[in-house]
Amino acid sequence: MAIKQTTDGTKVWARRNTKEQITNWIMWLVGTAIFMYCWQGISSETDWDFFWDAPEIAADIGSRAMPPKWGYITTLWVPLWDTLNIATMGTVLSLVMAIPIAFLAARNTTPDKYIIRNLALLIIVSSRSINSLIWALLLVAIIGPGVFAGLVAISLRSIGFCAKLLYEAIEEIDEKQVEAITATGASRWQVMVFGILPQIMPALAGITVFRWDINIRESTVLGLVGAGGIGLQMQGSLNILAWPQVSLILLVILIAVLVSEWVSAKVRGAII
Amino acid sequence: MLQLQKLTKRYPTGDLALSDVDLEIPKGQVLALIGPSGAGKSTLIRSINRLVEPTSGVAILDGENLTTLNAGNLRKARRRMGMIFQEYALVERLSVMENVLSGQLGYVGFWRSFLRKFPQSTIDEAFRLLERVGLEHMADKRADQLSGGQRQRVGIARALIQDPKLLLVDEPTASLDPKTSRQIMRLICELCDERGLSAIINIHDVALAKMFVPRVIGLKLGKMVFDGGPDDLTPDVLTDIYGEEDWEATIEKVDDEDEETA
Repeated sequence: MAIKQTTDGTKVWARRNTKEQITNWIMWLVGTAIFMYCWQGISSETDWDFFWDAPEIAADIGSRAMPPKWGYITTLWVPLWDTLNIATMGTVLSLVMAIPIAFLAARNTTPDKYIIRNLALLIIVSSRSINSLIWALLLVAIIGPGVFAGLVAISLRSIGFCAKLLYEAIEEIDEKQVEAITATGASRWQVMVFGILPQIMPALAGITVFRWDINIRESTVLGLVGAGGIGLQMQGSLNILAWPQVSLILLVILIAVLVSEWVSAKVRGAII
Repeated sequence: MLQLQKLTKRYPTGDLALSDVDLEIPKGQVLALIGPSGAGKSTLIRSINRLVEPTSGVAILDGENLTTLNAGNLRKARRRMGMIFQEYALVERLSVMENVLSGQLGYVGFWRSFLRKFPQSTIDEAFRLLERVGLEHMADKRADQLSGGQRQRVGIARALIQDPKLLLVDEPTASLDPKTSRQIMRLICELCDERGLSAIINIHDVALAKMFVPRVIGLKLGKMVFDGGPDDLTPDVLTDIYGEEDWEATIEKVDDEDEETA
């Protein structure tokens, strides 16, 4: 903020003083220069012949993909069911592991602030830092291809997400309610069930349906690396350039995701 | 029945919240603890049931030294000390009944409490208490649907279902309007009388304290500076506890109109 007084005594106000104004201009100049430089780099690396005929190719693939091969749906029911199972069971399995980890990670419930809490945080971070597709790649190699690998991949990836949101909810509870239950002579576990659990129930339910919704989307691609579900069909069709099948699969995935979003919105609405 | 000997609490920050408090409360006596904010009133009652661990000194309840109890025995001892809180501290998302029954947690096992399978005798007692505090029709409501005065009544029922010998009451009326405040204070004092309970009531409304209790303790910067009857609370004493103020004007007898309604 800059307030200047002119010779006749009027106070003039401007958002920035001269020095701030110049710094601001220089920052913009440097930012623009960096952007232009990077743009030039990308441009010289791009094979523009491929770029200019992209609309043509896209139109070509599009025309071959239309109309979708509706009859193919009969082979999609089972993989679709697998996908749904991977997402649902994966979410349940991840919650079983995430709830205790969240209690160990929350500052107000952890039995040990240093070793155990940091261990729990490490589990959360490592689970979150690896994409479920990578988890699936690893697990397909370890436990072989199929639905089970996908299920485990989804649950491992979800632990971090659920535990992180849940431990933040635990840290935000009203301690007075916990204090009141403690004062009755309740045991540690009773305090958890009566004092803490009711307070985090809405968060827990919200996190669960939110993650389930995300997992439906993630499990549709797991088949690409052999971890079961509808992605397996997708890869098969892509490999043999069966575009009408691909378009039907994409359509089915779209509908599945829409339905899951609708369900999770309904459930969250009912809880809050 | 309750004796405090040189009870002291120094917080890790270095603040001395309680300094050598000596106090003896006979059975059935209700006393008010007054003093300015930060005088250590909350710390004092929390040092008795060890929601706050006292740094030194002892608290003896019915001959048992509370300050040295191990975790299991402390839980047993806490059952004999009911606590009532300023902002009610009900578990908001549980029903009124569940909140009342939670006062019995020290007596039932984990699975019974988890599955809400409390003994029928406990449930009978919960209904009796809800009726006594005037909330028998509210048993199935969720705690967050109740008004302030109703919530504090649930808090009182929760404390009493513990079958305590002593009530620790922390600013029971601070969040309530003047009329409800008096009703709640009257209810607490009546119940103590009916059941022969001793009680320590933290309160910063001096006029309210004078209306209801036979003994007042003044706390200032963690030290006991007054112990006497309500009539001994002269303006000089109040100045000593709270600092300079025109006490004649502020503690004038509040008139007693429209108090009989429930």
